Amino acid sequence: MEIYLDNAATTKPCRESLNAVTECMTRNYGNPSSLHSAGLRAQLVIDNVRKIIAKALTADPAGIYFTSGATESNNLAILGAAASYGKRRPKIITTTVEHASVRNSVKYLEEQGYEIVRIAPDSNGVINHEDIINAADDRTCLVSMMLVNNETGYILPVRRAFYGIKKRFPDCITHCDAVQGFMKIPVKASELNADLISLSAHKIYGGKGAGALYIKKNVRLKNLVFGGSQEKGMRPGTENVPMIAGFGEAVRVLSGSIQKRYDAISRLKSMFCERISKNDGIIINSGDECLPYIINISVPGIRSEIMLHFLEEKEIYVSSGSACSKGAKSGVLSEFRLSDELSDSALRISLSHETTVQELRILAEAIENGMQKLQRKSG
Amino acid sequence: MQEIILVKYGEMALKGLNKSTFENVLVKNIKRRIKSLGRFEITRAQSTIYIKPLEDCADVNEAAERLKKVFGIAALCKAAVCEKTFDSIKDTALDYLSDCLSYAKTFKVTAKRADKSFPMKSPEICRELGGILLSEFSHLKVDVNNPEITVTVEIRDTNAYIHAENIKGAGGLPVGTSGKAMLLLSGGIDSPVAGYMLAKRGVHISAVHYVSPPYTSERARLKVEQLCEKLTGYCGSIAFFCVPFTEIQEEIRNNCPEEFFTIIMRRLMMEIAQRICEKEECLALVTGESVGQVASQTMNAIACTDAVCKIPVFRPLIGMDKTEIIEIARKIDTFDISIQPFEDCCTVFTPRHPKVRPLLSDVENAQNNFDFSALIDKAVSETEMKIFYVES
Repeated sequence: MEIYLDNAATTKPCRESLNAVTECMTRNYGNPSSLHSAGLRAQLVIDNVRKIIAKALTADPAGIYFTSGATESNNLAILGAAASYGKRRPKIITTTVEHASVRNSVKYLEEQGYEIVRIAPDSNGVINHEDIINAADDRTCLVSMMLVNNETGYILPVRRAFYGIKKRFPDCITHCDAVQGFMKIPVKASELNADLISLSAHKIYGGKGAGALYIKKNVRLKNLVFGGSQEKGMRPGTENVPMIAGFGEAVRVLSGSIQKRYDAISRLKSMFCERISKNDGIIINSGDECLPYIINISVPGIRSEIMLHFLEEKEIYVSSGSACSKGAKSGVLSEFRLSDELSDSALRISLSHETTVQELRILAEAIENGMQKLQRKSG
Repeated sequence: MQEIILVKYGEMALKGLNKSTFENVLVKNIKRRIKSLGRFEITRAQSTIYIKPLEDCADVNEAAERLKKVFGIAALCKAAVCEKTFDSIKDTALDYLSDCLSYAKTFKVTAKRADKSFPMKSPEICRELGGILLSEFSHLKVDVNNPEITVTVEIRDTNAYIHAENIKGAGGLPVGTSGKAMLLLSGGIDSPVAGYMLAKRGVHISAVHYVSPPYTSERARLKVEQLCEKLTGYCGSIAFFCVPFTEIQEEIRNNCPEEFFTIIMRRLMMEIAQRICEKEECLALVTGESVGQVASQTMNAIACTDAVCKIPVFRPLIGMDKTEIIEIARKIDTFDISIQPFEDCCTVFTPRHPKVRPLLSDVENAQNNFDFSALIDKAVSETEMKIFYVES
């Protein structure tokens, strides 16, 4: 029986989501822009999901724009915000621990002449909200900051940073990539002081191919893609109705049980950490302040990839660093002040609400087993 | 530290013996509005309503957002609750206000001592607390005339409250204290604004809409339903009546002179609306008309329309310019919905040259070409009703 512990990379779609996708592909296959009722039915499916997601963010449904996923949402947020201000405000603040889709979007703008300030964690691996606020000035068009780091589960001080930014520079656009936090901790648009929030369906048991960008009322972005008037022209192209329907179901199912699931996952994490840290040498890189859904550990002396493939033989799936970097060395972990030895041997175990005590016990045994076997071999 | 919401009412406080009736309706409206955000305890004392969250997940911020739209509230604020000792007031102020004072440049402290047994007098509280805040936040300056932040300490019966923001409420009277009225809701920019304005005076709004398929589409009706949904934020629940109007419009087209199409249509709409009012115990009709905006809204045309009305017709926008109306439509967030481009029944069979100054006798003669009473009965009996509840 396979044990899937790479839920920060993607999740297995839940049954409700799957049913909604199938139902939509079989029955509501109309084009939402068509004037007839087959089109209208598809439109209503999308509008309903808009409401569900808005409710989860306690935001206005009119602010939800569907995209193909969080990478597109992040691109639209960053490039769209920069373009809306033009060269009048050529400065962007972000952090050094962002996802590649944010990192490379700002890098592109840097090549176009923007000044990019990247705030790094301090020597304790903590990002200080004052550093973000102090870096901003009246030439800053955008501050982009993730809510939860995808490799360690570290929760960034988004609310406090954005609060200060908005107090000092109300016109500066604040963007939060909330992909790893959405539906795992409460994500409320107004509380975060965020103008833009990126979301993804496939990290929360929806399917791949649907995401959303929340855009606060009166915040103007320039669209990147040109076409029809879908999503008010912000994201033209016929909507991916089935995957959007699945996205909505996934959010609906999780709504109302965020705290309960958080508590259960916290118990799993502490149980696992207690067990695994009994082994000499194992370091837990995700402290108590991190989101419990992600546990990053280092097994010094064994390279991440080797352990990953060792576990894979036992049908246990974990990740080294972030899956998006396909095994490339994670720069993010060294940003969090992990030594080369620790980041080379880091494993990311990411849980879902289907993860069981039993599965984590098997994983712990397998890692212990691997330590004996692999260390002996290499030694 | 506990955070609560304090609600102050304006005009209502001036009501004499009826005050408690108004208060009861307001409390009921508040309860309904925030019910879906978690469990809250709502109490009232000394012309203030206290809203206290009873569980961690109860969303105080969102509750405050929603209460901004509840009529009858003059002002509201989020406040920290503390014991009635100066130490507790000091500690709570330092903790609760640290974020907002960090980014402010000027402030002042005011104190309201409703409980006169509290040992320090108001000026003394202001002086002491002001001094402490100044030493803690060294960048701050005191400005008593135009401060960025006004720190308010209220010492009341059981607790002291500290807050630093006063949010302006929606004003007006609690919806439901002024009876019921029927809004003619077309889907355009004006009628939702008219409904909002009457609701502000405490009127409970129902809405009537006319559909003429296939000349009007399902999407046009959905647009009006979206407007109803949006209005519930201000108006509370809305009973929405959808009247099938195709046959009547076709008979107008077949039997009446073109120049009177719109005016006769308006008269028939009024008659149907009044019939629904009788059933629903609505005391008046509400429309979004403004003098001279279109041909059917000249004084002559309005007089012809009013001739069929036996109950008052309220036209709260009568003296407003389009730009003023749009400003309110944007404020209440109905504008973006209203401008969706779907044909509504008012634009079906629009005459090329409508009579701008129609005479009542001419209109009556034109309308007498056909007996509409059977069709009116049929339209009323086939009217569909749907209730929109306060968004949850």
